[in-house]
Amino acid sequence: MIKDIKHWYGTGAPFIWLNAGAVAVSVIMVVGLLLLIAVRGMGHFWPHTVEEFTYRWGGEQIRLIGEIRDEERVSAQRLIDSGITLQDSEGEVTRYLMKIGNRDYYGADFRNIVAPLIVERHRPAELIAVERFEYGNFYGYLRAVKQAEAIVASGDAAWAALQESVERASGFRAEILQIEKKEIGSINYRLERLRLKERGFELKHALTPERVATIEQERQALQKEYDALSQKLQDLYQQIRRDSFIAEIQDGREAEIPLDKVVRVYQPNKMGLFAKLGFYISKLWEFVSADPREANTEGGIFPAIFGTVMMVMLMSVLVTPFGVVAAVYLREYARQGPVVRLVRIAVNNLAGVPSIVYGVFGLGFFVYFLGGNIDDLFFPEALPSPTFGTPGLLWASLTLALLTLPVVIVSTEEGLTRVPKAIREGSLALGATKAETLWRTVLPMASPAMMTGMILAVARAAGEVAPLMLVGVVKLAPSLPLDGNFPFLHMDRKFMHLGFHIYDVGFQSPNVEAARPLVYATALLLVIVIIVLNALAIYVRNRLRETYRALEH
Amino acid sequence: MEGNAVRTHGIDTTALGRELRTLNLDEEDICLEVNGLDLFYSEKQALKDIHMQIPRKRVTAFIGPSGCGKSTLLRCFNRMNDLVDGCRIKGEILLESEDIYAKGVNVPDLRRRVGMVFQKPNPFPKSIYENVAYGLRLQGINKRSTLDDVVEWALKSSALWDEVKDRLDDSAFGLSGGQQQRLVIARAIATQPEVLLLDEPASALDPLSTLKIEELIYELKSTYTVVIVTHNMQQAARVSDYTAFMYLGELIEFGDTDTLFTKPLKKQTEDYITGRYG
Repeated sequence: MIKDIKHWYGTGAPFIWLNAGAVAVSVIMVVGLLLLIAVRGMGHFWPHTVEEFTYRWGGEQIRLIGEIRDEERVSAQRLIDSGITLQDSEGEVTRYLMKIGNRDYYGADFRNIVAPLIVERHRPAELIAVERFEYGNFYGYLRAVKQAEAIVASGDAAWAALQESVERASGFRAEILQIEKKEIGSINYRLERLRLKERGFELKHALTPERVATIEQERQALQKEYDALSQKLQDLYQQIRRDSFIAEIQDGREAEIPLDKVVRVYQPNKMGLFAKLGFYISKLWEFVSADPREANTEGGIFPAIFGTVMMVMLMSVLVTPFGVVAAVYLREYARQGPVVRLVRIAVNNLAGVPSIVYGVFGLGFFVYFLGGNIDDLFFPEALPSPTFGTPGLLWASLTLALLTLPVVIVSTEEGLTRVPKAIREGSLALGATKAETLWRTVLPMASPAMMTGMILAVARAAGEVAPLMLVGVVKLAPSLPLDGNFPFLHMDRKFMHLGFHIYDVGFQSPNVEAARPLVYATALLLVIVIIVLNALAIYVRNRLRETYRALEH
Repeated sequence: MEGNAVRTHGIDTTALGRELRTLNLDEEDICLEVNGLDLFYSEKQALKDIHMQIPRKRVTAFIGPSGCGKSTLLRCFNRMNDLVDGCRIKGEILLESEDIYAKGVNVPDLRRRVGMVFQKPNPFPKSIYENVAYGLRLQGINKRSTLDDVVEWALKSSALWDEVKDRLDDSAFGLSGGQQQRLVIARAIATQPEVLLLDEPASALDPLSTLKIEELIYELKSTYTVVIVTHNMQQAARVSDYTAFMYLGELIEFGDTDTLFTKPLKKQTEDYITGRYG
């Protein structure tokens, strides 16, 4: 027996099992993680069935309307202790988490109900669910549609009329959004620049009457434009506020909802599979393409995706040349000795410094020192409000570039080491100088290694949140760092980031239950963004590798 | 047959397909001259007081056992040893009567005049065309028509043109070892050097490719002064006009190939070429 085990041990089989087992566990964990966040996150956008309950509460029967979002088993005794009247105190009962919506009427979106107190439960097809810009979802029975304070449709005709009105309102909303964000935003931007120009002249004591006149003229022109737009805007607002609808909520009251606050209306219990699928896709699209609403718990996360990608790209652009140049010096030019060894150890250790430390450094050095001085030198007209002397995209990218610099240096150095001596000698023997050899042969051959460094840097930077909180990330950025106003890329602006968004939505939100699925969905999206960025870099690297395959014999 | 065959020390020079010639070093035009060359790697002396004269437009072979310093000596001619840390040199090497180790010598310029081919083919990870054009581009020659002409000429000179003329833009790595080595030779001669240094150019190749390289060397000597290091004595006997035998960093014997292989003056030389050690 012992001999058998010894023999089995000798064959090496246990190690194969051990190794394969470790790989299997890792793979299962990664797949499990992705599956968990995918299921939890993506399920959120599927239209839930809205149910009506008859529920015993406080000695009488009440009506509840809403979606069942979660269920758990709770001991009956515990419920009784918390003041709920149950007949049986033995065993466990099911408790549901129900989304009742209508926050404007009840104060909270969610309530718990316990199974034994449910008298009746059914799914009326005519129940409507309404997504709104304020106060979350609305559930109820549609009664009538009003136009300009007059009822135009009621009963069965109301649904068709409501859809028409919603369509009309969303048309106006798109127009309003265009004017408010793009056109008025642009005018405000130009007005601000005009103000800065004027202040600049003033500081230089060069504010001549002619200049005052020109600036005033320009300002008048902009003001005129603005007035025209604001007039148009007022008309649009009047249009969009024309319609409203009346619906009966769960306690029998009638609620009037103005349509300018409505995102979409639907009858979830009437939807077929394809209708639900269409709804799902449109919700998903909204999630990745729209701005957030309601303290980030509704709507999309486009600014966060954009900010993340933008920041990572800017970081790559900053870190790659710098890291490569440093690695070339260390490997090719510096005399290999104790000093270079020390530098190399220091560089490697930089990779181990906690990222929040980089954040503190970025805030102290980049933002306050560099940014402050830049403001003093180049943007004195904007003072005391800072331009670059405040956290922003540029400083966040620079801080992360610093954080990922060691990775790029180390892998570039490795790549340079791997370029065969024969190739270098071949080039030198043809009369190339060292610099020419580097530039024409060695660096191209080491480029896949540089890309590897960049891939590692991107993977690290895209997932980093802690330092960003100090140097530029905000929970809600009023505008994207890239827009149509000169100079288009606004590196001084603050930005949103998926990682920070997860933290903010999940832990800083007033409406935790509503936000939780979004945490998963955002996490999934962050993973996808990182995968896409990496896949892109890996694709480029493989192309380079193919071109600069080293001699293989 | 028996009577005619000149059979000396195991190498049949007539069987190699060439005639015995009477070459005399004193009558040759000297291209490279080595005077009292000592070379140290840190403390270790790798070359000891070398004196030799390498004639123009001839093939000179260095033979000797591994580690005898023949490659080191070869690499002195284009100052490739400069790249080795701790390498020191005493004495002088004259190329066209000018000391290449003098102060103010432009080393890249020297290497342009003294081309080199290494033991293993080392094409760059570029196309065949760009490999050959590399040296020219370094000189700032980027005119397409000039490059086309030189590339074609160099590839023809290295007997590779017919094999690659249809795929000049393919990667040089797609060529066989022998073709790569000829490509590297083409690359070296594209800049029209005066001297061509070959460091065991055929040692990594199969017999057929070796033969092609040897034929090529024979062709090249009408234009260039060729210096070749080889392990293979038959090869030295086949391709070279002059042969130097080196042993433990010293130049033991140097003379025309036929004499050296048939009537070596030194006992060590005779022992080596008859295979008694090495």
